[in-house]
Amino acid sequence: MSTAIAVAHHPQEWTLPSRGIVGMACLVIAESAIFVIFVVAYLYYIGKSLNGPTPREVLDIPWFASICLLSSSITIHFAVHDLRASRLARFTGWLAATVLLGGIFLGATAIEWYDLIYRRGLTISTNLFGTTFYSLVGLHASHVIVGLFMLSLTLVLALIGKVNQHHAERLEVVSVYWHFVDAVWVVVFTVVYILGR
Amino acid sequence: MATQTQITPSIERPSAFRAFFDAVQDWVTTVDHKKIGLLYIGYALIFLIVGGVEAILMRIQLWAPNNHFVSPQTFNRLFTMHGATMVFFVGMPILFGFGNYLVPLMIGARDMAFPRLNAFSFWISAFGGLLLYFSYFAGSGLYGAGTAPDVGWWAYSPLTSRVFSPGHSTDYWTLSIFISGIGSIGTALNIVATTLCMRCPGMKLSRMPLLVWLYLVTSGLVFVTISPLTAAQIMLCIDRYLGGHFFDTQAGGSAVLWMHFFWIFGHPEVYILVLPAFAFANEIIPVFSRKAIFGYPAMVSASVGIGFISLTVWAHHMFTVGMGPGPNAFFTFSTMVISVPTGIKIFNWVATLWGGNIHFTTPMKFAIAFLFQFLVAGLTGIMLSASPFDWQLSHSYFVVAHFHYVLVGAILFMIFAAFYYWYPKMTGRMLSDKLGTWHFWLFVIGFHLTFDFMHVPGLLGMPRRIYTYEADRGWQIWNMIVSSGAIFQAVAVLIFAYNLVVSWFKGEKAGPDPWDAWTLEWSTTSPPPTYNFSVIPTVESRRPLWDAKHPEEPDAHFE
Repeated sequence: MSTAIAVAHHPQEWTLPSRGIVGMACLVIAESAIFVIFVVAYLYYIGKSLNGPTPREVLDIPWFASICLLSSSITIHFAVHDLRASRLARFTGWLAATVLLGGIFLGATAIEWYDLIYRRGLTISTNLFGTTFYSLVGLHASHVIVGLFMLSLTLVLALIGKVNQHHAERLEVVSVYWHFVDAVWVVVFTVVYILGR
Repeated sequence: MATQTQITPSIERPSAFRAFFDAVQDWVTTVDHKKIGLLYIGYALIFLIVGGVEAILMRIQLWAPNNHFVSPQTFNRLFTMHGATMVFFVGMPILFGFGNYLVPLMIGARDMAFPRLNAFSFWISAFGGLLLYFSYFAGSGLYGAGTAPDVGWWAYSPLTSRVFSPGHSTDYWTLSIFISGIGSIGTALNIVATTLCMRCPGMKLSRMPLLVWLYLVTSGLVFVTISPLTAAQIMLCIDRYLGGHFFDTQAGGSAVLWMHFFWIFGHPEVYILVLPAFAFANEIIPVFSRKAIFGYPAMVSASVGIGFISLTVWAHHMFTVGMGPGPNAFFTFSTMVISVPTGIKIFNWVATLWGGNIHFTTPMKFAIAFLFQFLVAGLTGIMLSASPFDWQLSHSYFVVAHFHYVLVGAILFMIFAAFYYWYPKMTGRMLSDKLGTWHFWLFVIGFHLTFDFMHVPGLLGMPRRIYTYEADRGWQIWNMIVSSGAIFQAVAVLIFAYNLVVSWFKGEKAGPDPWDAWTLEWSTTSPPPTYNFSVIPTVESRRPLWDAKHPEEPDAHFE
């Protein structure tokens, strides 16, 4: 066996960031870049549709759903906080509230889309507005679905008693993703329902 | 290298088939960063041959005017596949392969931060490459063969719309780029997390080998450049399959928007490919100059600077679109600005060589050639950055010569250097120096024959992507010289491939540190054990092995 070269080994104080958080932060950066492109396309095509319907004719501002989604950022924050302090019952409660609020948002989007497609005649191929609207809102909604899947899985595990204090960091990783989904909604909401109308 | 324990004869040896099956299973299911790195490299080498053959077919076609070696349709497919293959399935995987292999070893870690994600990223990227080539069989479904994508590697709209690209060849292109992009983002995420979270004690950011720094910057760029491409591919899919209008000019969509989205990816992609080449130069040039790198902090800041500035130059690919004086001036300016940090790097490499005890080993020869060729590539880059000059020569062979000077003259040369430099670490055996010398000189001659003379037909007005030309244009002699250079390059690459295989079995034993180098990967055995380091090292300077070899004069006193 050829001998390896000995490099000095001096134990010392050495702390490094959590790889889960760093990994999720990287994912958030990459996902943000995807959203930026869709948002740019949306902004670029505002008012460029050759035929109707226009956003002002068919879009209603989803205040209630937005409030639900943004509140879920607060509830997930409390869930992480309580899990870290090992208050498991309260943690499960906050987590369930997060899943509920996210579910309400998703349900509201579903109703909105049903209404748009079947009553107001806007589909993805109707005009440029339809194309950019369903793409951008749909991209966000698909991220909500992924987030809800992770949160629901955690909730199921919490309900059968498999989650404890040691998992706080992992839940925090999920919460970073969820905060990101909420932050994106602020941008999408502003672009689609405020600027776009 | 290792003295193996004799297997007692009473134990039944596994059959050859069983041993082969076990080896395959071992490689397919591995999560070891070194094996995944080698998988990336091997996979990229296969595609390098494929892409190279495509290039040679095109050069045969262009050898003489009015040639009918391949049909115009085949020629369109060839340049599309050549470009897509070389960028997405050679350049990216080979650089990620070296990064996978080297980054954990250089920072004193035992694996990447997310080993399973690493394996996933490799296999999904590999699937992307296979999907692209599957289009040759399935591009028209059951109706016919030979329908690979033919829309060019940047796939300008509206050429990609259903009307102009019937069948599925464009969809194979879209999907393969899309899923290999997912793999790239996964690997980049892994490299960043590894670099930030897995460093051994004492390995501060200010002590990291420059290679690791550059991979950090490259990976950061991957997030913000591959993602826009992914987004654009989603839009293209929506257009083609759901009747969307993103790039549908008939419904108010914009073809220029696709160009912007593509080049927001496309130009930083050049830096994603070239920064790892810089990274190899940063490790190889100091070791064979027997000097520490000149201006470490300047090198780091120049790399980070390049990363940021590279995000602001994309539209210099679009000067001929007619963006107006404002954008033209801005993108001319930003393109010229990016040559400043790049120039800093060249000066620092030269300053590292200056007064050094230079050893002209094979990797060093490639690195020196890289310095000259990268300089020339940069100079033609500055020429093209001036928008009036670009109006004249955009979409001509001058541009083709320019970017091949970067991709081959700089990046491929440094990849070869990296092979000669790290092959001993990866396999435990040296690559043959004699074959390496043949490889180097033949490749240098072939490279310069091809790409120096390729500038000339461009200046004479020969457009890129034409499948043939008239005899009276005066391009013939230049195209012959260019094509003849391809022969030298092909022979050189064959020698290289032969060297890789023969040295694997018969190469000289390397030992842990054949180059008397200074970074941590040379402190472990060659090839390294699965766990890399039996004891996690502690470092006190940028050159931990120098400190270990020269305890009387450690680097830490001078940094």
